[in-house]
Amino acid sequence: MLSQEFMRNALLAGTFVALACGVSGWFVVLRAQVFAGDALSHVAFPGALAAAAAGIDERVGLFAATVLVGSGIGLLGLGGGRTRRSGGSAAQDTAIGIVFTFVLGLGVFFLTLFGTSAGGGAGIQAAHTLFGSIYGLGGGEARMAAAVALAATVGTLAIARPLLFVSLAADVAAARGVPARALSIGFLALLGVVAAGATQAVGALLLLGLLTGPAAAAHRLTGRPYVGIALAGALAVGAMWGGLALSDAVPRLPPSTVIVALAVGMYATAALVDMWTRRRPRRSKARGETMSSTPSPSVDATTTIAT
Amino acid sequence: MTNPTLTWNVVRDASEVLEYHFMVNALLAGTIVAVMAGLLGWLMVLRAQTFAGHTLAMMAFPGATGAALIGVAAAWGYFAFCGVGALMIGWLAGGRTRSWSEQSAGIGAVQALALALGFLFVSLYGGVLGDLENLLFGTFLGVSDGQVLTLAAVAAGSLLALAALGRPLLFASIDPDLAGARGVPVRGLSIVFLGLLGLAVAATSQVTGVLLVFALLVAPAATAQVLTPRPGLSLVLTVAIGIAIVWLGLGIAYFSAYPAGFYVASIAFALYMLARVWVWARGTYASRRRASSGPEQPEMGVIDVAPPEGVIA
Repeated sequence: MLSQEFMRNALLAGTFVALACGVSGWFVVLRAQVFAGDALSHVAFPGALAAAAAGIDERVGLFAATVLVGSGIGLLGLGGGRTRRSGGSAAQDTAIGIVFTFVLGLGVFFLTLFGTSAGGGAGIQAAHTLFGSIYGLGGGEARMAAAVALAATVGTLAIARPLLFVSLAADVAAARGVPARALSIGFLALLGVVAAGATQAVGALLLLGLLTGPAAAAHRLTGRPYVGIALAGALAVGAMWGGLALSDAVPRLPPSTVIVALAVGMYATAALVDMWTRRRPRRSKARGETMSSTPSPSVDATTTIAT
Repeated sequence: MTNPTLTWNVVRDASEVLEYHFMVNALLAGTIVAVMAGLLGWLMVLRAQTFAGHTLAMMAFPGATGAALIGVAAAWGYFAFCGVGALMIGWLAGGRTRSWSEQSAGIGAVQALALALGFLFVSLYGGVLGDLENLLFGTFLGVSDGQVLTLAAVAAGSLLALAALGRPLLFASIDPDLAGARGVPVRGLSIVFLGLLGLAVAATSQVTGVLLVFALLVAPAATAQVLTPRPGLSLVLTVAIGIAIVWLGLGIAYFSAYPAGFYVASIAFALYMLARVWVWARGTYASRRRASSGPEQPEMGVIDVAPPEGVIA
């Protein structure tokens, strides 16, 4: 399997992209910003098309669009840190929907521009940008994707502590002088980098699976933040490796589909395990036993913020 | 039709547009869609289910490709996937103990799985999916008489259902806990609403394409809810704004080389931003006046609805 060069490239880029998706995805799920991540992955497509229409390198447009829209969402305060109830999320959801529909509308415009200048390849180009092709990466592209993803991972880990504080107890963090808004913007900009990098490897539309599945599974399995972050990264890398191996064994299966199916399958499994372990102590409680082993369903804020 | 050009005579331009049967059909379809999408979108914005709506729109992709794979009409595949998606999201979002972050993660997982399936169908199908661009960004030039009738029937059916469910649905949307305590079947209503939303998304995507449905589903409702807190008035405004967006968008697209989806999305976005700026300007003006004279102004942009009475089951 490792004898072919395209496979080595796919493994190199895929591993680091998956790691970045898992780690930042843990915060995305915690902050209830899955929709924002989804919107960023769609925005990559108009960005790439705009660059193609203007005749510059696609990647420039890709990164510019996702980072700009990411910081824009953060800047408008749309990204918010309110995770518990729908109160704060309602307005932010709507605004994300409107903004990314507009950017996609611009995408149609660029698609037409690009299509008229380059013949009938526009639709195929769109499909390529939307779904990526992990086996089509060259050596240089793979190394660059890996480097960008690694940088985004390191960046996310660097702001992990204050970001955790802001995400879990926004008011207390603000009172302590943590720059909540700057962190929110910074995180969304980082998410933009992750989205743009992942777009090349797994495609804009399939990024969502790697961002959501492993992270949501980790949230289900453990309430401890740093364990959860590590678990999310590991599960995402596992989904990537498993997907590549499976699609290598069964060539009819496209790698993106297998990778996303594995990632979502992890979440489903974790949810079932979580339901099962939570139901058992409840029964034993009815019988009068202790329930000290019950896992905490949500992140335990006090242990992480103290010290 | 030889290169239509826009002149300053609006009446002449409009009559030129209406001379063509396909434009009349497009405008009819657009109007039906705007009314249906406006009303269901209004509830969707109120219920903060924009992400769910987007996910239902994405169901078009596995639906259409799956239907192409087994050789049936795309609409059947679409409705099948939409129905399953609505059930899954309704089930995920229904539990009252679930946190907001878990809901959004669940919806994201459903969408990711749907897209992965769609991609699998494409590669199993093998051929090039020629109308991918139309699926994503819509086409309005080929709307037939039959399609207009189908759209009208779908819209009439779902609006009737909406009228029948309106009061309990509004109650459950505004205060699910209180509604549940009063015996309103909150989870059942949520699933039925998502099913209706799926129908609206399917209808809207005929005009704007799958990726741009929010131009008619979210933008008019969000604009209206920014402008007025009164539910009745904002519903009327929503429908009016939606129809205006469609007519303007289709009209301009007729005279230009670029697709209608671009104009529809841009006009929708511009109207929303105008409303935001207008409310912001009015707010600063009012607060300046309040600083000098004193009377309290109610804050704008917040839906303020009392739970409807008499919904005890």
